[in-house]
Amino acid sequence: MILNLNNREEFFESDSLNVSELMIIKKFSYPKIIVKVNDHLIEKEDFHSTYIKDGDKVVILHLLAGG
Amino acid sequence: MELTNELSELISKQKLLKSWSYIWHPVERGYNNRTLYINVGDFNIKEKEVTQLMKDKFIGGKGFGLKLLWDATKPDTKWDDPENEVIISPGPVGGISQYSGAGKSLLVSISPQTDSIMDSNVGGYFGPFMKFAGFDALELQGKADQDVIIYIDGVNHKIEIYDDPGFSSDSHLLADELTLQFAKDSKEAKNIGVVSTGAAAEHSLIGMVNFSFWDNKRKAARLKQAGRGGIGTVMRNKRIKAIVAKIPDMQSNLNNVADLDSILERGKKYAKTMKDYDDKQNQMRRKGTANIVNVMADYDLLPTHNFKFGSHMDAFKIHSDLLRDKYFTQNVNDACWYGCAMMCSKGADNFELKTGPYKGDKVTVDGPEYETAAGLGSNMGIFDYDAIIEANFYCDTYGICTITWGTIVGFLMDCYENGIINKEITGGLELKFGNAEDALELLHQLARGEGFGKIAGLGVRKLKKLFVEKYGADEQFLNDIGMENKGLEYSQYVSKESLAQQGGYAMTNKGPQHDEAWLIFMDMVNNQIPTFEDKAEALHYFPMFRTWFGLMGLCKIVWNDITPPDNKFTAEPHKIPEHVDNYVTVFNGVTGLKIDKHELIRQSERVYNFQRIFNIRRGFGLRKHDAQPYRAAGPVTVEEYESRAEKYDQQLKDKLNIDANGKPTIEKVAIMRKFREDQYEKLLDAVYERRGWTKNGVPKVEHLKNIGMDLPELLEIVGPLQ
Repeated sequence: MILNLNNREEFFESDSLNVSELMIIKKFSYPKIIVKVNDHLIEKEDFHSTYIKDGDKVVILHLLAGG
Repeated sequence: MELTNELSELISKQKLLKSWSYIWHPVERGYNNRTLYINVGDFNIKEKEVTQLMKDKFIGGKGFGLKLLWDATKPDTKWDDPENEVIISPGPVGGISQYSGAGKSLLVSISPQTDSIMDSNVGGYFGPFMKFAGFDALELQGKADQDVIIYIDGVNHKIEIYDDPGFSSDSHLLADELTLQFAKDSKEAKNIGVVSTGAAAEHSLIGMVNFSFWDNKRKAARLKQAGRGGIGTVMRNKRIKAIVAKIPDMQSNLNNVADLDSILERGKKYAKTMKDYDDKQNQMRRKGTANIVNVMADYDLLPTHNFKFGSHMDAFKIHSDLLRDKYFTQNVNDACWYGCAMMCSKGADNFELKTGPYKGDKVTVDGPEYETAAGLGSNMGIFDYDAIIEANFYCDTYGICTITWGTIVGFLMDCYENGIINKEITGGLELKFGNAEDALELLHQLARGEGFGKIAGLGVRKLKKLFVEKYGADEQFLNDIGMENKGLEYSQYVSKESLAQQGGYAMTNKGPQHDEAWLIFMDMVNNQIPTFEDKAEALHYFPMFRTWFGLMGLCKIVWNDITPPDNKFTAEPHKIPEHVDNYVTVFNGVTGLKIDKHELIRQSERVYNFQRIFNIRRGFGLRKHDAQPYRAAGPVTVEEYESRAEKYDQQLKDKLNIDANGKPTIEKVAIMRKFREDQYEKLLDAVYERRGWTKNGVPKVEHLKNIGMDLPELLEIVGPLQ
């Protein structure tokens, strides 16, 4: 499937992924993130149960502007 | 820690060289309205008035340091001229204990590495204690003819200068010795702050300055570092061995703030956020800043092998969980200043040293922080915390910046593996990536002022020149792989895939340190700032916002390394609006002024532009000085390109419509380089425009007028360059 992830089109082998699986594939390990799927905010406890499908718009904002 | 007979005997031999008394006044709303000047050459000691203009335009902290240094030096003053100064200033908010992270001091000097203006921030007790003793800044000028120890006695209101009867050179011993000397008993140790360097600062251009803080649990003086740019070298060149400040006792409102309740309210809420959410977020209390070692590896941002790559198959061996579970002592108050809820100054206790002059000793090591783990670890190809922590300890006690040393040794290892240097040149050291034993020996050589270690202490810029002139090295290649800009070594993040961060590093006033801007996630991962205008806006806002911490005496980590639970509902979550509002409230609460978040940025803009013009006054600060080594921007070698060939080939297709199939890698490297170098030039144009500068990077007169910084001495410099 093709997702719009952080305003970029990306291809994924699977036709269906939940948010947790997407994060593992992308190696998004930073804990301070905000996730939105089609503009809906997804809470951390719902990452496993929230499934993403072809054409979805996914935003995963990493809140590190420091260092 | 206890007063031994040997130490008592040493103290008894110490001679008082100068004593000067002053009349103490309590701090008023964050300011003493005077600074302290000490010339260690002729022992002239005096106080100077802080004018209203100084407060309005320069605020405090780094601003005061820059103003005092400007007035004290000429455009051609060299770092080792007696008139160069080291200035220490905590800022108006510095020293409050009701909001986290308020114990920072800012050091300013002409750098032995860059020949221009350096600033470096540090926690620990000295800055706030000096302020409570009566002074908003300490200005050190001149050169002593023997090693001296300066004592700011905030109990009896005297400044004293002593000779050195033979105290230790290295900071882990010296800080304890001086704390013992000036504390009447063990209860007073918490009222002492010590500033010191170490043996290696005397033999190098990269000397660092340690600030102590008293750890009541461990009953020992621990150390925080003002590492960047060789200010420790300047201090030792002046033959200042140490500076000590003492106050009668720490109390809750020594800043005599205008509105304590407003600060308390914000401070309590912040502390609760830390308590409730730190474990779920960065675990700063358990891992410190090193929590991101593995995160950076996951995102291909952890520098390995002199910034060639952003990750490595052995990176798991330095995962931050190991620090938490095996090395760092848990459940202790690791705050480097009173009242800080973040408590991220983690320490490894009972660490047995395996090398060097303290071999066999069991010591407390302050760190490693993230930069140290990356610099002394992955960037040298070393994935072993025992070796990293050993090097961390020795860098600290010898007075060497771990960031700088990590980038220097990574460069040397790259040169060694490319045949530019060899065992004959290094005196037998095999400086291959991963050779922790010889890397440590190089550090010990530096502390002894011997061999190739002493040469390494010149820093990357001077090493490049030496290798070209003496050994016929390829200058272009060294300029590509030598990770320095303006003469300062890069801090430990791979910026290749973030154009904004390339600017965040190379467009800095002092050189490539991440304290001005860290935009990699916003740019590379989040894709929040895709256009040049977006990147320019970020490279305006964040450097200005982050400069402000250095004007105040505040810690940037506290702003950013925890976020409130409702931050996700805000319009600009990456700025953490609740914390920005806290800072406006805290500043107003201390000073009684009424600024808003826009004036906060303006305060910084004035000082930031002043620093840029200060660089111009010294012959720097123009567009050509914002150039970056190509390794910060893209793959220099075929090896680097091929390690991420799929990604780079795709970029050629997406960005340049070039089919990479069948092209030799060396050709693809060249095409990629031309594209990326062109992108960086466009970024410079966009950022200069946003900052109100000419295409040559000079602040425009009109812009200086707009921000209220059109001082005659500045217009005199920028006027002819418009």
